[in-house]
Amino acid sequence: MIEIKNIHKTFGENHVLKGISAEFVEGKCNLIIGGSGSGKTTLLKCMVGLHEPEEGAVIYDGRDFTRMNFATRIEIRTEIGMLFQGSALFDSMNVEDNIIFPINMFTNQSSKEKLDRANFCLERVNLAGKNKLFPAELSGGMKKRVGIARAIAMNPKYLFVDEPNSGLDPKTAIVIDELIQEITTEYNTTTVIVTHDMNSVMGIGEKVIFLHDGQKWWEGTNKEIASTDNKELNEFVFASKFMQALQKK
Amino acid sequence: MIFHPLGKYILLLRAVFRRPEKWNIYRKEIINEMVSIGVGSLGIIAIISVFLGAVTTVQTAFQLVSDFIPKSVIGMILRDSSILELSPTISAVVLAGKVGSSVASQIGTMRVTEQIDALEIMGINSPGYLILPKIIAAVTTIPLLVIISIGLCILGGYFAGTASEALTEQDFITGITTDFNPFTFTVCMVKAIIFAFIITSVSAYQGFYTSGGALEVGRSSTKAVVISCITILSADYVIAQLLL
Repeated sequence: MIEIKNIHKTFGENHVLKGISAEFVEGKCNLIIGGSGSGKTTLLKCMVGLHEPEEGAVIYDGRDFTRMNFATRIEIRTEIGMLFQGSALFDSMNVEDNIIFPINMFTNQSSKEKLDRANFCLERVNLAGKNKLFPAELSGGMKKRVGIARAIAMNPKYLFVDEPNSGLDPKTAIVIDELIQEITTEYNTTTVIVTHDMNSVMGIGEKVIFLHDGQKWWEGTNKEIASTDNKELNEFVFASKFMQALQKK
Repeated sequence: MIFHPLGKYILLLRAVFRRPEKWNIYRKEIINEMVSIGVGSLGIIAIISVFLGAVTTVQTAFQLVSDFIPKSVIGMILRDSSILELSPTISAVVLAGKVGSSVASQIGTMRVTEQIDALEIMGINSPGYLILPKIIAAVTTIPLLVIISIGLCILGGYFAGTASEALTEQDFITGITTDFNPFTFTVCMVKAIIFAFIITSVSAYQGFYTSGGALEVGRSSTKAVVISCITILSADYVIAQLLL
């Protein structure tokens, strides 16, 4: 479980996060949703240590990440897998090298063990045999899947996903969502997903946190989201004509 | 105004020289960078060195019109100016353009495409992994390039001098072998090592703190070259003042 307590983050004059507290449950897909500029990605980056919050704490199973120094943070970071919005694959490495990169850095496994692990991860994301392709040769959906394969290479306890469906067609987006959900259940990871895609919310949002203006505005499940009377959340959820039509039905 | 970037630069260097996670991975990166920086720059260094030597010889001969000065002095001047100034400094300025822009744009692109964030998340010391191999590769290969440059500079001067009949082969050989002070070579190597460090660290700093997109990567690359060149020339003066 990951717990965040009273997270504040400012960039110059801009107070982006205004005291957010929440709990992210183990073995479930925890979604952070909200409009553009609501602070979703900033919150995610504060949680993984890419941004330092001015106030508050991020606690990984009782371990206060915000109070740790670089050396002690490494222990937690090796338990984290992250899929970035643009996949962030290393351009100079092929698919296989991208996946085994963290294994190379932090373990003393033999070449065969590393190759077996890379093949297992690639099979898990339905990309078996694509080992030698370079990121430039992959489609957007394939890059995301390689990103997931790299994220699970070290058997993470915590999985962070930033906008998994951006730039993908609806069918591929569903494939990626289902893959993330399967991995979450299979590995019992605490998965935190930042998205503004309502398909993801309705599909895999076992726990949903809605951010508005840098604050936690609503918390619940995807089943509760359609019946809420929260004005800002309703404006966000039913912004598209498709969702408006569904609401009328 | 200068103190904030200077402080950031020093903090970045501190992170660069943190203990590497795994030396054998860094070793592979160092060899790759040596090939990229050293072998990749050999062609341009060879071309500019030959022409620098040729031009220096022809212009020195043009200015030495007195009959009281032996022609062999042209060879001496070429040798000393190649070792002390032309090869280390001009090579460094050219390498700041070639290697510096490449380092800044490579690291800058990794920054804007979140590849550096990905390294950080994995628990890898990204400044160390990305910058240390480049610095080590540069401070080992650039002095070698400078030695090659000195040789080619003198060779260029020899061909230009004898072809234009500004001096004879015997005068030239007498000139380059007379009154050689080995300390000039030490100064040359000190310059090469310091310039190599400046090129890679300044360019890496510019790339590492890039924010935005492709436009900013281009800007960082340009800034890396400009700041490296200014720093190299300033350091050149300081080294000359301190060592000579």
